Amino acid sequence: MDELLHIKDLIIKIKSDEGSRELIKGLNLKVGSQKVVALVGGSGSGKTTAGLAILRLLSDSMDVQGGEILFEGKDLLKASIGDMRRLRGKDIAMVFQEPLSAFNPVFTIGGQINEVLKYHTRLNRRQLQERLHELLELVGLPEPKRVLRSYPHQLSGGMRQRAMIAQAIVANPKLIIADEPTSNLDVTLQAQMIDLFRKLRNDLKISMVLITHDLGIVRELADEVAVLFDGRVVECGPAREVLSEPRHAYTSELTKIL
Amino acid sequence: MTTEKKSLSQFQIALKRFQRNRLAMVCVVILALFYFGAVFADFLSPYSFQNEDRSYSYCPPMKVQFFDDQGKARWPYVRGYYFTFDEFHKRIYTIDKFKKYPIQIFNKGDEYKFLGFIPCRYHLFGVDQPGRVHLWGADARGRDLLSRLFFGARISLSIGLIGVTISFTLGLLVGGISGYYGGKLDNIIMRLCEMLMMVPGFYLMLALMVIIPPSFNSLQRYVAIVVVLSFIGWASLARVIRGMSISLREREYVLAAKAIGVSDFAIVLRHILPHTISYSIVAVMLSIPGYILGEAALSLIGLGIQDPIPSWGNLLSDAMGIVRIKFAPWILLPGLFIFITVICFNVVGDALRDYLDPTLRIERK
Repeated sequence: MDELLHIKDLIIKIKSDEGSRELIKGLNLKVGSQKVVALVGGSGSGKTTAGLAILRLLSDSMDVQGGEILFEGKDLLKASIGDMRRLRGKDIAMVFQEPLSAFNPVFTIGGQINEVLKYHTRLNRRQLQERLHELLELVGLPEPKRVLRSYPHQLSGGMRQRAMIAQAIVANPKLIIADEPTSNLDVTLQAQMIDLFRKLRNDLKISMVLITHDLGIVRELADEVAVLFDGRVVECGPAREVLSEPRHAYTSELTKIL
Repeated sequence: MTTEKKSLSQFQIALKRFQRNRLAMVCVVILALFYFGAVFADFLSPYSFQNEDRSYSYCPPMKVQFFDDQGKARWPYVRGYYFTFDEFHKRIYTIDKFKKYPIQIFNKGDEYKFLGFIPCRYHLFGVDQPGRVHLWGADARGRDLLSRLFFGARISLSIGLIGVTISFTLGLLVGGISGYYGGKLDNIIMRLCEMLMMVPGFYLMLALMVIIPPSFNSLQRYVAIVVVLSFIGWASLARVIRGMSISLREREYVLAAKAIGVSDFAIVLRHILPHTISYSIVAVMLSIPGYILGEAALSLIGLGIQDPIPSWGNLLSDAMGIVRIKFAPWILLPGLFIFITVICFNVVGDALRDYLDPTLRIERK
């Protein structure tokens, strides 16, 4: 059992008025511990859906039809709702693409990071404060006091993304699902984010599923790449190999464009 | 993109604009005075609501005199009255020239508990026995109308606040949950709401009040009225909140909250309902009059608060005969107070709606 996460033959259907359609047609993915696996694909290929499916956060119109999602050997698709809730944020955390809309505008950053700790840990007030300050330093946010007291809109895009990451790692998860974490940032910020993610993997031993269409970040960060096309993984392997010698037509197209 | 700072400052702008609206501010001040009067009713009123003197039945409002018969300035006083009967056995009150009762500030009178726990006998003003002061007249049993208005305000004004609190808690929760979960649960809840809204409110209220046993004491009755009024009021709010909840649940921060393991109920409370606040504030203000009028209507027809406990509604029930209104027009005063209160709440609610319009607050992309 060396894989942290093992997705086997995952099939997801989307229901609509015209009938149901398979969105993901048998997805296989392995994420080893302390590994960054990039899930690459064009829009509509089902990357985000797969990411949400791991946490069982699919909307009502989508339905898992078959397959297994094994996390540390346990099938998440069979876990109870309560177990899932305890796992979300604690063992598996998610980083969203757009932190401005992923943070609730009416609460402070500190309050929202605290929410995670409130549900998953039993720290007293002082310990909470210490943890938060330590954490913000780790993700590279200066002036933790001010940041914790500010509302999402009062921070810059980069700071928000850092706060988002802080929220994701606050309860020491084993796996982070990052859904396009850098696509809304400018180039210098992207580079900083890549450094930060590298730090998370190396220092905090966090594995990552990196959902992206940006091959630049894949080259920098990913250990392995899975190329998703039309609901299937068409190519999978160590990042360098896949990107330098693509075997599938879609992959070579991707590498050419970017 | 909007953000909280904008909406917060929007809120402050709304407050400033509200303060510049003279009419609305006047109404706020009037309401504040009314509620102040209700809270300190025991102290402000010269008598307790039960203090009666039959020889002052339908005594007309007394004038406060500042000059004596020679035209010299004197400490304010009221004159004594005596009455005779006319040919219809109706009392005619005449000023008794020889009796003058100076108005005493902090006069000792009926005992009461200040703020509910400090025993006290002092009233803001009053006159010494055997005189009586009825600045706004007296009712059939010679009870001071001003005092009873003060005490009636306690019931009439608090019923609106408590009723609105109950029905809004219910409406927000039910609406939020219904919209958030959707599906069958939503369907069932909404059909229930519609069934409740289908029955004309007043008749439903009457039917529910009739169920209440006549043996209930005043407090039980008060609670029953509040419960009945809130029971009728929550459904329409729940429907609106449900609609907002359906759109809010699609926001990404709701998904993000789920992703950190927040329970569904906590999501409704923390991540959905706070976003309906500006609508709710306006709706609260505009629905309080409904509760006040509801209580007044029930008490007027005798199903509400029972004598001797006064409420503006049952004070007004005294004014149901045309003859009484003709000879003692001051018993219509409670109606005036209901009128003013309702108008004030409506003006304030309207002004709030103008400045806090929920459509202005919806995030501009």
